[in-house]
Amino acid sequence: MIEFKNVSKVYEDGTKAVDDISLTINEGEFVVLIGTSGSGKTTTMRMINRMIDSTSGEISIDGTNIKDENAVELRRRIGYVIQQTGLMPHMTVYENIVMVPKLLKWEKEKMRETAERLLDRVDMGTEFLDRYPQELSGGQQQRIGVIRALAANQDIILMDEPFGALDPITRDALQELVKHLQEEMGRTVVFVTHDMDEALKLADKIAIMSEGKIIQYDTPDNILANPANEFVESFLGEDRLQQRSTMQTVDQVMVKKPITVTQDTTLGDAIRVMRDNRVDTLFVTDSDYVLQGVVDFEAINKNRQKAMTVQEIMKYVYYVKSGTLLSSVADKMLKRGYKNIPVVNEDGILEGLVTRASLVDIVYDTIWGDDEEVESIPLEKTELKETE
Amino acid sequence: MVEFFNNYGSQMMRLIWEHLYISMVALGLGVVVAVPLGILLTRTEKLATGFIGVASILQTIPSLALLALMIPIFGIGRFPAIIALFIYSLLPILRNTYTGMRKVNPDLVDAARGMGMTEFQLIKKVELPQAAPVIMAGIRLSGTYVIAWAALASYIGAGGLGDFIFNGLNLYIPELIIGGTIPVTILALLVDFVLGQVEKKVTPRNQITE
Ligand SMILES: Nc1ncnc2c1ncn2[C@@H]1O[C@H](COP(=O)(O)OP(=O)(O)OP(=O)(O)O)[C@@H](O)[C@H]1O
Ligand SMILES: [Mg+2]
Repeated sequence: MIEFKNVSKVYEDGTKAVDDISLTINEGEFVVLIGTSGSGKTTTMRMINRMIDSTSGEISIDGTNIKDENAVELRRRIGYVIQQTGLMPHMTVYENIVMVPKLLKWEKEKMRETAERLLDRVDMGTEFLDRYPQELSGGQQQRIGVIRALAANQDIILMDEPFGALDPITRDALQELVKHLQEEMGRTVVFVTHDMDEALKLADKIAIMSEGKIIQYDTPDNILANPANEFVESFLGEDRLQQRSTMQTVDQVMVKKPITVTQDTTLGDAIRVMRDNRVDTLFVTDSDYVLQGVVDFEAINKNRQKAMTVQEIMKYVYYVKSGTLLSSVADKMLKRGYKNIPVVNEDGILEGLVTRASLVDIVYDTIWGDDEEVESIPLEKTELKETE
Repeated sequence: MVEFFNNYGSQMMRLIWEHLYISMVALGLGVVVAVPLGILLTRTEKLATGFIGVASILQTIPSLALLALMIPIFGIGRFPAIIALFIYSLLPILRNTYTGMRKVNPDLVDAARGMGMTEFQLIKKVELPQAAPVIMAGIRLSGTYVIAWAALASYIGAGGLGDFIFNGLNLYIPELIIGGTIPVTILALLVDFVLGQVEKKVTPRNQITE
């Protein structure tokens, strides 16, 4: 966890780049700092690895004030990616990737293995290891820049407009990749950008900055739903706000009352519930209906000798909060292959279930549903539908 | 020609050796002092202009005058000559080291520091390799200067090919003058060539040079 407490930075020339900000970044979160040019994003980010020292306030990582730490050691624990890639032109791709592991004096085999594995993660073959950065395309260079920041298993990665200089298609691919790696490896990412689309796409939380202050810090959905003030609204832009009002949320399409069992249900009873309801997965809740996990038929079948209750075999389940935009859920289902995604309310109580079937309904409605009526509805309305 | 070599051949070999010895010791000292100093100056911007200014002034002292100045301080012979040549070698190396280090792409320095390199590692693994060609160019320039000026060192009794030239001038023996000048020129070209090869070698493969 990274915590800013009343942090300010005043440069020697008197510029107040960061003005009394407080901010908590939880472990595993993807936080995007966004704002106009000069709003203090880079300064805020660089204070985390002490490339810039704050002039007042306190920054702590996992409870330790970073000023009590050796700056060099701190930086080796924190991945760092900049827009211009910062790849060393006199070093091969391999040497670039293992820069930090080398500083940490890892063994040769381990470094080699790490470099090859990471290169594979970004769809580049081992033949790239002995190339020089200039022999790669811009997108490939930034791929190396990204995996270099992961090579020493850093838990925290700082990225300052890493994809700003790339063409839209390459940028899109790299955004997908970074988000995927981050979720898969559970890293905490602090990402600076001034591209709202990028922020909305990547962020778990967005911090909107202006003149050294944080104007709003919340999830993309909440910011879209409740912009803090006019500045945020103008920053989001009319288009996005309007789009939002016509967008559907999960609540509108979810199946209410999915089949559940409580944690202490025996496996035998669970199977019976499955059979009676003709389903192969059950959501597990506590007695207050708070979502705990999921069990499927296979797991029950495999463990029926060993386990007594579903609690012992249930698995973690990916869920969304009610009010989440359907488009983002659809994205996850399609790209990551979830069969269904449970929806919970503020208190974690299970409210419903978005299934692949409900997505099909929507797609059907948008594409085919209005066909016969096309003639009869006003033009504006069809346009709106298309933008969905 | 043959007669010249019969009369002066062995002496010439000795003088060439002396000449090279004086020059290379002076240049070596110059490198040992000016490169670290140049690096140091990139860390203390305020001192840098002062230092380079002083070195530039030293450079403008006429070489004969500087050699003459050595006599009251260090007497005559090789040692004062080496000191004088060493002073001359400083500026090009110092200036090139300083500018070469300053010219390293700031993004590289930022990335290296941000990844957790110590100041020493940063210099050794990033800045020096990047600045090496520029530094080497300074050393090469100093090298050829020093060879040329070492001819004057004979003036304060340091020996070297200057002995031929000065004797030739004093006694009016043109063969001696030529027999001193040509080897000096060849030596200068040779040193320039060798250091040029070194320069090529230290230029990192694929370095972006403009
Ligand atoms: N080294 C410095 N000395 C003085 N002022 C600085 C320095 N670095 C940044 N600033 C100023 O601090 C303010 C915030 O700069 P910062 O780089 O954090 O902005 P940013 O939000 O990252 O902007 P951009 O989107 O343009 O990168 C700006 O007004 C900038 O001019
Ligand atoms: Mg910036």
